[in-house]
Amino acid sequence: MRTHSERYFPYVLILPSVIGTFLLIVFPLVYSFFLSLTSFHLLKAQSLRFVGFQNFWEVLHDPAFWVALKNSLLFMVVVVNVELVLGLLVALLLNRASGGQGILRTLFMIPMMFPPILVGLQFRWFFNDQFGLLNNILLSLGIIDRPIGWLVRTKTAMPAVMFADIWQNTPFTAVVFLAGLLSLPVEPLEAALVDGASPWQRFRYVILPMLRPLIFIAMTIRSLDAGRKAFDLIMLMTGGGPAYATEILGTYTFRRAIVDYQFAYGAAISFIDMVLTVGFAVYLYRQLLKGRT
Amino acid sequence: MKSRRKRERVVAALCTVFAVIVLVILLFPTYWMVQTSFRVGREINAFPPVWFPREVTLSSYIKLFGSPHEEASLPFREYFRNSFLVALSSGFFSIVLGTLAGYAFSRFEFRGKRNLFLSVILMRAIPGLALGLPLLVLFKRVQLVNTLSGLILTYTMLNTPFVIWLMEGFFADIPAELSEAARIDGCSRWQALWKVDIPLAAPGISASAIFSLLLSWNEFAIALILTRTPASRTLPVGLFDFVGEFFIDWGGMCAAGTIILIPVVVLTFFIQKWMVRGLTFGAIK
Repeated sequence: MRTHSERYFPYVLILPSVIGTFLLIVFPLVYSFFLSLTSFHLLKAQSLRFVGFQNFWEVLHDPAFWVALKNSLLFMVVVVNVELVLGLLVALLLNRASGGQGILRTLFMIPMMFPPILVGLQFRWFFNDQFGLLNNILLSLGIIDRPIGWLVRTKTAMPAVMFADIWQNTPFTAVVFLAGLLSLPVEPLEAALVDGASPWQRFRYVILPMLRPLIFIAMTIRSLDAGRKAFDLIMLMTGGGPAYATEILGTYTFRRAIVDYQFAYGAAISFIDMVLTVGFAVYLYRQLLKGRT
Repeated sequence: MKSRRKRERVVAALCTVFAVIVLVILLFPTYWMVQTSFRVGREINAFPPVWFPREVTLSSYIKLFGSPHEEASLPFREYFRNSFLVALSSGFFSIVLGTLAGYAFSRFEFRGKRNLFLSVILMRAIPGLALGLPLLVLFKRVQLVNTLSGLILTYTMLNTPFVIWLMEGFFADIPAELSEAARIDGCSRWQALWKVDIPLAAPGISASAIFSLLLSWNEFAIALILTRTPASRTLPVGLFDFVGEFFIDWGGMCAAGTIILIPVVVLTFFIQKWMVRGLTFGAIK
């Protein structure tokens, strides 16, 4: 009974999305790879010469690239882990809290939808060396006797940027875990209670194993978002400085491709960045599927 | 037994207190930004800090947007209009594309379905610049650099996979029997979709629309590369204008931040019910 046009119905439905994605996402990414094999320079667009893998070769011998890669990894590992632990803690607190859970939860959700660039603004102001709130508080309490340039000192800039990211994204992990806690079956917990399990034992052997899939999902999403969000945040807070202290792959790409006009070189860096993140995404996705079956 | 219940109540009260403390830490930087935007210059730079503003002024906002008596000294009216148009248009187009494709993924069997979640995740993993750089070169050729259309096209396709995935879940929540009944009554597939499934999925569609709108409103990296004129820049890139200055006008910057913030807070309030679902791409319902 199915007519010809009906068999193609689902394909008609997905066709616009497929064409659009191909034109505006897939093709540009392939084109970017092609550009990274040339000598393309933003100010000398006419002199396009094919140079093979020379840009990649230079990137791999560029000390600043390795610093940026190290910083990207460090940033991701630190913020994701801290956010998972703090998020779990906050979720357990909120779960036990008596009145006003709904309001508390609504207010919790506010910062996580902020554009990271806005979070960057708030914390650039907070950590400002002259009039920033943090220095103001520490000075009035007599903890320090002269203002500290949090964002202009190499030792404190990275922790300050991480702090801003943790501030924004801990509510995300917390809300995910809270959703998990609220939907946990009560029987295993009651059984543990009857068997005389201590609060720690209940958490360690009953709650934590049941939350494991959610922890993995939250970790996957945060690990993949980390680089993108960090770019916006760092561009506003430090621009990658001081002296590469907060330079990540994204900010280094911007510095080379746009600020220095070395477009092809920047394209090579961003291609490596993309292969690493997308590869990591596929790996985490496989793990996620494995955990489900 | 009684003492245990008492102890439970004490624990619950303590947890509430801690939760409130966490909340204060969470909301304070935002409060500080908003109140900075209403302050007069000497209170912004005061030491020790002025906790509650004694004088309130709109001068930072007038600098950005102008007033009936004064010209704006910065093009934030344009930035606001650009952000608004780009978010609304790309939100609309990605909803149209994503709803259609989401319906296909939810109701029909075909190849490549299983990897949809993967494609959404991959899309989120692509660094903004990796896409922004080639688009700059390609858009230059077709005169889409420094245009709102260029941004709208890009954001539409960036958000579509996300909308597809959300809509797939929302359509799966609607029993397929309803549109099948309509089909038996003589509706075509398009009519069944338009008259039965889409109205039933309306709450899901509006939630996806708001998520998509917020993604476009918040985007910075690609807009930074593709828009270099006041006539095409969006608010996040406008905010970045302040950064290059030798002396940062904190009042103005905080006012711009507050303007970006308002729609985000309002829209977040509307979608809080779907927050977990949206932020985990439907992996958790």
